[in-house]
Order: sequence, then structure tokens, then C-alpha cells
Amino acid sequence: MSNHTISAVGPREYHLAHEPHPENGTSLGFWLYLMSDCLIFAALFATYGVLGRSYAGGATGAELFSLPLVALNTAFLLVSSLTFGFALIQKQKGNLAGTQLWLFITGILGLCFLGVELYEFAHLMHEGLTPQSSAFGSAFFTLVGTHGLHVTFGLIWLVVLMLQLGKHGITPENNRRLMCLSMFWHFLDVVWIGVFTFVYLMGVL
Amino acid sequence: MSAHDMHADHHGEEEIHVTTGGYVTGFILAVILTVIPFWLVMGNVIQDRSTAALVLGLFAAVQVVVHMYFFLHMNGKLQGGWTMMSTIFAVVFVMITLAGTLWVMFHMNTNMMPKHTDIPALSQPVATPAVEAAAAPVAESSPAAAAHTGHSSN
Repeated sequence: MSNHTISAVGPREYHLAHEPHPENGTSLGFWLYLMSDCLIFAALFATYGVLGRSYAGGATGAELFSLPLVALNTAFLLVSSLTFGFALIQKQKGNLAGTQLWLFITGILGLCFLGVELYEFAHLMHEGLTPQSSAFGSAFFTLVGTHGLHVTFGLIWLVVLMLQLGKHGITPENNRRLMCLSMFWHFLDVVWIGVFTFVYLMGVL
Repeated sequence: MSAHDMHADHHGEEEIHVTTGGYVTGFILAVILTVIPFWLVMGNVIQDRSTAALVLGLFAAVQVVVHMYFFLHMNGKLQGGWTMMSTIFAVVFVMITLAGTLWVMFHMNTNMMPKHTDIPALSQPVATPAVEAAAAPVAESSPAAAAHTGHSSN
């Protein structure tokens, strides 16, 4: 009898056996991450907005920035957004080889972007603009460098995902990962719009 | 359509249906919205700086919306509207961060930056004892300033 009462009190469950599982929750979660990333970039843009013209008597953006180089980089990133879209379309058709091909092209374009950016950084440092040289230098390298770091990690993710696709094919898991990376990649392109407009174009004005 | 049905049966995930047309349209719009600002600056089309900055800002804002719609496939129905809600929240936050920071910092720059005439030690070569006391903090901070300039010249 006492045993009965204990068991009646003991295993109380306050949650349902089948929790309501929101559909496609990963996408929303990843989107929330991107929005918080957006706030990081907002802080960096605001910092650049305040310090961007504090040259400490050193080199200015108008003297150093090479707009053709920035235009080239913008083109790389923009075309890579399109090729990622083509990869998604091939995935939608269930064409694994096509997906891999377009992902590979996207990765090459991302590498080109990083290469040009690193070349530009080396050139700026050679010309005397370093993170230590002025508040402008600190703000510039932090903002543009953070974006470049995001692209770097996006590329690592891309390579890992291509290996996953090669091993397992277009499974629901890989499909989900591909959609997340797609959001990440397009988001970086959106941030780059802000970089080339507010840092480079307005810096040269 | 068959691919869509195939995806629909697992876990009932709402799949975003992407089309070549959508991506190409977005890409063409993005190229137009990128080329015009570069042309405006590289061709020195607008002489007035603040007008040019305003125009560039507008182009950037429109291009962000184009990317959001065509590449990130944003719409009010995604995840029962929560994607849109979080985006609106983020946009409001970004605006407050940017506008607030610039507003406050530029006001501080204009109103709190000491002018040369405000610092007695700089405006009056012969300082009275009372002024000397007032100038003491300035003198104290000058070695640090000298060290800073020495550092940056290295």
C-alpha cells in the first residue's frame, strides 16, 4: 500500500513524452546567430565611424585605398553568392556532382577574395598603415579583418561540407548544413556591402 | 516538384524552393547597385561630399534588401514569422548602435575637445601660481602624450 503511494508520487513528469519540436528549428537558430553576428559588425562599424578619420598624422584612406582592387574583391564575393545559389539549385535537383562543382567554384572565388585581401593588407602595412599606426588603422584592420576571418571560417566549413557530401551524399542532414552555410555565405556578402560602401568608397571621398 | 515532394516527407521540413531565375535576378540587381556607387566615386561624379555619402548609403541600403530577398530568401512566413521578427529586432538594434554612437561621439568631439585658448598653459606664456595649479593635470599628462608620439613615430 505504502509502495503504491510512493510510486504515485515518485515519477512525476512535468514535460510531455513527445515535446513539441518546432519544424526546421536549426534554420531559425542559425538565423539568430547571424543576427547576433550582425550586432558584432554594428559595433565594429560604429567604432570605425568614430575613429575612421583619426589618422594621427599618418597615412589616410584616401591616399592608400585602391578602389579597382576593392571592386575586384567585391566582384569575387558577389559572383560567389551566385555560384552558391547554383549549388543549391543542383542540390534541389538531387545532382550531387553538380552541387560539388558549384561549391568548388564558390570556394575558389572565396580563396581569391582572401588572397586579394591579404595582398591589400600587406600593401597597406608596407605603406605604413598598421593596426598600431593610428586609430584609423586599428578600426580598419579590426573591421575588415573580422570580415576576412568570417570568410576564412566559411571556407573551412565549405571544405568540410564538401567532404561530408562526398561521403554521405545529399542526406537531410547535409541538406540542413548546406542551407545554414548558404545563409552564412550570403550574410558575409551583405556585410561586405557595408564594408565597401562605408570604409572604402566613403573613405576615398 | 518531385524533388520538393521528396524533401517534404522527412520531418515535414519547410524547404525553401530556390530558382535559377531568382538568383540571376538578384545577381543582376546587385551588380547594378554595386557598379553605380563605384562609378560615382571613381568618376568623381558628385562633388559635394555629404550628398555623395547620402547617395552611397541609400544604394547600400537598397542592395542589402535585394540580398536579403533574393539570396537569403527572407519573407514574413519563414518559421512562423520568427525569422522576420528577429531580423527587425536586429535592424533596430544596429540602427540604435550606429546612430547613437556617432551622435554621442561627434557631440563629445565638438563640445568637449579643449581649444588652445581654453588651456592656460598654452595661451599664456607667463603663468601665475593659480593658473599653474590649474595647468598641473595638463603638464602631468604631457609625458604620456610625448611617449605616445614617440611610439607612433617608431
